[in-house]
Amino acid sequence: MITLTINKISITVDEGTTIAAAILNAGVTAFRKSVTGEPRGAVCGMGICFECRVTIDGIAHQRSCNVIAADGMEVVTDE
Amino acid sequence: MNKVTTDVLIVGGGPAGMSAAVAASGNDDVRITVVDDNPRIGGQIWRAELGKLKSVEALELLALLDQQWITLVNNASVFSNDGSSVLAETPSGRIQIEYKSLILATGARERLLPFPGWTLPNVLGAAGLQALVKGGLDVQDKRIVVAGTGPLLLVAAEYLTSKGARIVAICEQTTNKKLDRFALGLWRSPSKIVQGISLRSKLRGIPYYRNAWVTKADLQSVTIQHFGQTTDIECDMFACGFHLVPNIELAQLLGCEVADGFVSVDDYQQTSISDVYCAGEPTSIGGVEAAVVEGKIAGFAATGQIIEANSLFRARKKTTAFAKALDQAFELRDELKTLAASSTIVCRCEDVQYGKLTDHDDFRMAKLQTRCGMGACQGRICGAAVEFLFGWKDRSVRPPIFPVKMENL
Repeated sequence: MITLTINKISITVDEGTTIAAAILNAGVTAFRKSVTGEPRGAVCGMGICFECRVTIDGIAHQRSCNVIAADGMEVVTDE
Repeated sequence: MNKVTTDVLIVGGGPAGMSAAVAASGNDDVRITVVDDNPRIGGQIWRAELGKLKSVEALELLALLDQQWITLVNNASVFSNDGSSVLAETPSGRIQIEYKSLILATGARERLLPFPGWTLPNVLGAAGLQALVKGGLDVQDKRIVVAGTGPLLLVAAEYLTSKGARIVAICEQTTNKKLDRFALGLWRSPSKIVQGISLRSKLRGIPYYRNAWVTKADLQSVTIQHFGQTTDIECDMFACGFHLVPNIELAQLLGCEVADGFVSVDDYQQTSISDVYCAGEPTSIGGVEAAVVEGKIAGFAATGQIIEANSLFRARKKTTAFAKALDQAFELRDELKTLAASSTIVCRCEDVQYGKLTDHDDFRMAKLQTRCGMGACQGRICGAAVEFLFGWKDRSVRPPIFPVKMENL
């Protein structure tokens, strides 16, 4: 099992889980804010649409569907 | 910067790319490199579940690849080219890969169309939701409506059901007549998948509506139009995709000839540029069987194994007929052009509303005036939508074809 934080709340997920899946499993649906401030979530699941961008370990604009969760990762959404 | 030299570079590690790599490895003298932008090889149809490939076909290919001297680079987004090399961004920085031959196996993405509510966080692509579940998303007991068009709706619904979701309805926009003609033609197609799934879905008692399409969605329900009547269906998530569009951006960047939205290839899957080949969905949406046979031909041809390539021409012919049947069966109905309201966002990256686009004559003008198609996805989502809505086909491609960090440019 992998333990990471999403918006400072600790969550445990199966090995191989993507950050996008971990975020949704944590009950968070707003991944990012659009340019006019709308909440957006994952759409294409395969790295094409860029809607699921979040900050991972301080690096912004990571496509969360294309990143596998690792122990100790700090994920911040809705920025 | 890391620089790598290879004989055959394959961009895309799905069915076409993996098949191309195995075929190319039949020539012992060539070094082969496969790059893929997802964390695991397999592409979309063979996408790994929690990091593990499950498809028997994919595992067989992977076992063959493991025996060969093949370099596999995951999480690498090819964003530009430089002579006979490509530049890719990876989590550990930029790499330049120089090649003698290049095989483009870049696959396809879902076509997403705008309707009121399509930007809400509980609305996803149908293949998109399936991909997320394979990445560990828990859908146990979630009520899900699956809508749009194409065989993927059934594939997604079947998969989601197997993971404990409650599929409340499947809504296929095409007509009974077209679907029946397609089903009748399946006996001579290489694929029995759709037929089998269709049957299983029926057995599971999932309501399957034809001639039915979404008109709007909110956080609790979707509204479906079906034979002149609208029905609200309550659900937790809405998965909606309108068949597939090919990923041809890299081919366009390289200057390969494109016709009707697909990369033109000859009998050996060679594009208009010598030593650049293309296989799978970018040449026509034909599904996994087409991708595998085209990948093999490209892999053989790129490494001088011409007799082996020739031996597959007949097998490829069958898949071409299937691609054509798919096209006809899941053609989009005109009513879908009327779903977006004036305030409905069409370009999700730049939040450009439908009403802001209707004054423009072509994509270029719309881009200049509204920034439609100029955001992070670079028109990959709204490009297919405006092509359908307004007939705009002039989506230009320039490097970098994916957003990259400044330091990697």
